[in-house]
Amino acid sequence: MSQAKRSVVVTGIGPVCGFGVGAKLFWDGLTSGATCIAPVVRFDASEFPCSVAAFITDEQLDILTQVPRSYRKATKVMARDIEIAVAAAAAAVASAGLTTRGTAEGQPPTISPDRVGAHIGAGLIAAEINELTAAFVTSRHEDGTFDYGQWGTSGMQNLTPLWLLKYLPNMLACHVTIIHDCQGPSNTITCGEVSAALSIGESMRAIQRGAADACLSGGAESKINPMGLLRQHFAKRTALVPAGSDGTEVVRPFTRDAPGTVLGEGGGILVLEAAETARARGAVPLARVAGFAAGHCACADTLGIDLSAAGGDVAAVLRAALADAQISPDEIDVIVPLGAAIPSSDSAEREAILEVFGARAATIPLITLVPAIGNCGAGASALAAIAAVLCLHSQTIPARRNGDGATDLDAGAAPSRSGSFKYCAVLSLSLGGQVAAIVLGRDS
Amino acid sequence: MSPPRIVVTGMGWITPLGHDLDTVWKRLVTSSSGMAKTTRFSAGTFPTSFSAEVRDYDVAKFVADPSAHASAGLNSQFALGAAAQAWKQAGLDRSCARDMRRVGMYLGAGEGVLDSDNFVAVNLASWDAGAGKTQGKVWIREALARMSALREIEQEPNMPLAHLAREFGIRGPSYNCLTACAASTQAIGEAVDILRRGDTDVMLAGGTHTMIHLLGVTGFNRLTALSTSGSDPTTASRPFSADRDGFVMGEGSGMVILETLDHARARGAKPLAEVTGYGSSADAFRITDIQPDGRGAAAAMLGALRQAGIDPHVMRGANRGPIDYISAHGTGTKENDSIETRAVKRVFGEGARNIPMSSIKSMMGHLIAAAGAVEFISCVLSIERGMLLPTINLNKPDPALDLDYVPNHARPAQIDICLSNSFGFGGQNDTVVIRRFEE
Repeated sequence: MSQAKRSVVVTGIGPVCGFGVGAKLFWDGLTSGATCIAPVVRFDASEFPCSVAAFITDEQLDILTQVPRSYRKATKVMARDIEIAVAAAAAAVASAGLTTRGTAEGQPPTISPDRVGAHIGAGLIAAEINELTAAFVTSRHEDGTFDYGQWGTSGMQNLTPLWLLKYLPNMLACHVTIIHDCQGPSNTITCGEVSAALSIGESMRAIQRGAADACLSGGAESKINPMGLLRQHFAKRTALVPAGSDGTEVVRPFTRDAPGTVLGEGGGILVLEAAETARARGAVPLARVAGFAAGHCACADTLGIDLSAAGGDVAAVLRAALADAQISPDEIDVIVPLGAAIPSSDSAEREAILEVFGARAATIPLITLVPAIGNCGAGASALAAIAAVLCLHSQTIPARRNGDGATDLDAGAAPSRSGSFKYCAVLSLSLGGQVAAIVLGRDS
Repeated sequence: MSPPRIVVTGMGWITPLGHDLDTVWKRLVTSSSGMAKTTRFSAGTFPTSFSAEVRDYDVAKFVADPSAHASAGLNSQFALGAAAQAWKQAGLDRSCARDMRRVGMYLGAGEGVLDSDNFVAVNLASWDAGAGKTQGKVWIREALARMSALREIEQEPNMPLAHLAREFGIRGPSYNCLTACAASTQAIGEAVDILRRGDTDVMLAGGTHTMIHLLGVTGFNRLTALSTSGSDPTTASRPFSADRDGFVMGEGSGMVILETLDHARARGAKPLAEVTGYGSSADAFRITDIQPDGRGAAAAMLGALRQAGIDPHVMRGANRGPIDYISAHGTGTKENDSIETRAVKRVFGEGARNIPMSSIKSMMGHLIAAAGAVEFISCVLSIERGMLLPTINLNKPDPALDLDYVPNHARPAQIDICLSNSFGFGGQNDTVVIRRFEE
């Protein structure tokens, strides 16, 4: 390269999960050892073997309070995933102290819009089935089967003209870029749990190569709907929750008898900026994005449902991220794994951590989020990165739940504690076999 | 040290016009249309009852072990066929030691096809008319009984990556982006960036998609984005014509092998073309409309030209403009074609009139997420074969659209530099610059 890569820092964070909107609620929830997991109430999910989830209540997230007044009408075409991304972006922009079209219309923005990008990971957004079915029932044969002919002639008119726009994955970035006037490089990465980590990596590269000075980066998803829960059940990822259990003790990352994961809804946006332009505007970085790497794992089955053979490839990606950060494994003080409590996924992460950190592996504290906020899909690695940023910034590790009996790793239940943490590795692994690692450093 | 040069060494596609480079090329230069009545589902009464479908395709002809891909949805099947062609043309199928962690993937692949019949049946069976909603318990029981686990998982948009990793043993960086109609141009651009950074030696990049299904066509019909002039489907896609009335859905996949020039040379692979520029932007305007001045589209083009070191106002000699050809996004909607024309003028000024710009969507239909990749391949073939591909069905010139759209017939030309545009619903814009390879 003709010039040194620009240094990239995090200047703002916007987590949204079952604890609510914003960094304070997120961190208070995590450090107190609370969990958002509870029986699903949005619909009757009781016939699913896993009928609990970590969800955001209407009181916690009222989308009308998250958008500028002039944008309220557009909230009608926002799927839940989009609402979460929009709320996360609002929180992140506020946290970074940025003025945008979304925070103060008509005011000059802190950063020129053409220098602001957006990389926001998304999932396969499920169509709202009540809305669809109310339209489908207008096109039924007498025997109850669907009448395609009737649907084509008139039935489909019962759907709002903009129906499709609620469900395109790039609509997360679309709404966020419109609200905050981000005209720079923009992308929507759709790789399951790894989506947000890959998005953060791409923002980092865009800033390093000079295509943008700042990016809104992360991801969001809600699988707390019938199709979302169904697909994760089919992929054998969700836990069988015993009758009578409230689900709060079900998710046990890295334990031998972990029955599976519990889904969450949530996401996060981070404001990434070039260190030089961030300092020039007087921003105080919360952490530095020191390294990034990605890869694809060997999988036992074609679709990457069984990740038990992935350990070596996860280790290779972790090592590559450390090399990108130009640090040795000895310098990592904290790890935020996916830790979904899905046996084959946990096993790959455990194997990789043991391989890369050797004898130190058992002494490096892990931050396990899924017992508290569920597995938030395309939002998961954004929330993991935000937890890492908060850990480095506050020099605190949040509490851990349910990990007693975790093998080989420091992942057991423990209260929040303070310490001295310089580098944190964030690891992510998806259904499908994508893997990514981010190294975040304390900004000093 | 300047960043490495990135070359194309392999290409493949599965399209409505055929399943190999030469067959499709022949149909493109002879102005053939791939449109006909839709057969993938009962669309006879839909406002749009025609599309450009991939016909007579058998993925088993392209993969080593078809049983490993038995559950593959159409999107993954198309991806496998296109990637196998590209892999082979690049000579990557020949056995030699290779660090597969230095081989990555960046796709702009669409989600898999919804299992519409069962999905609708489950919803209808669980509908409680009195309450005006589905009953959760009944819905779950019906869904567990009727739906297939693998068919549901295959709909996740990262599944084409999983199939390609299985087929080719790829272990490097693995991405899927889904920026609607811009996705696979964006994938190619980002793959180039990963190579430039030195993170990999080889990238498999491209896209795959089909939305020719119940909810795909319903969604675009409700948006009134599709052509409804179906009396003769072959004339329905009319980009840049005054009587254009929307796009025609296509389906398929385009895949390319990109690699650093040093890596290609070291293994004796022949560069087919060089990718010299990539630009990406967001309209940040409205969810339903394109920024009317073409600001976002122009920003993507300017970004790509800047990276390629091309000044849009500098001629390369008396009769040669700054570039030789633009592969238009050219969907055939009123709005896209006029704003794209405006954006090209914004970038190239008066010189825009001298740059041929056409849309193969007039023949192949709109492959949505895969559109950019097949158009990228058509640019490389145009450079290689010295032929400008036509915009067919351009019979009623629009007075406001005054560029050279290569109407109706292919035209021989010396083509050294192409620009390929893709703009996504939602405002994501991507452009790449493709250049004849010279040592």
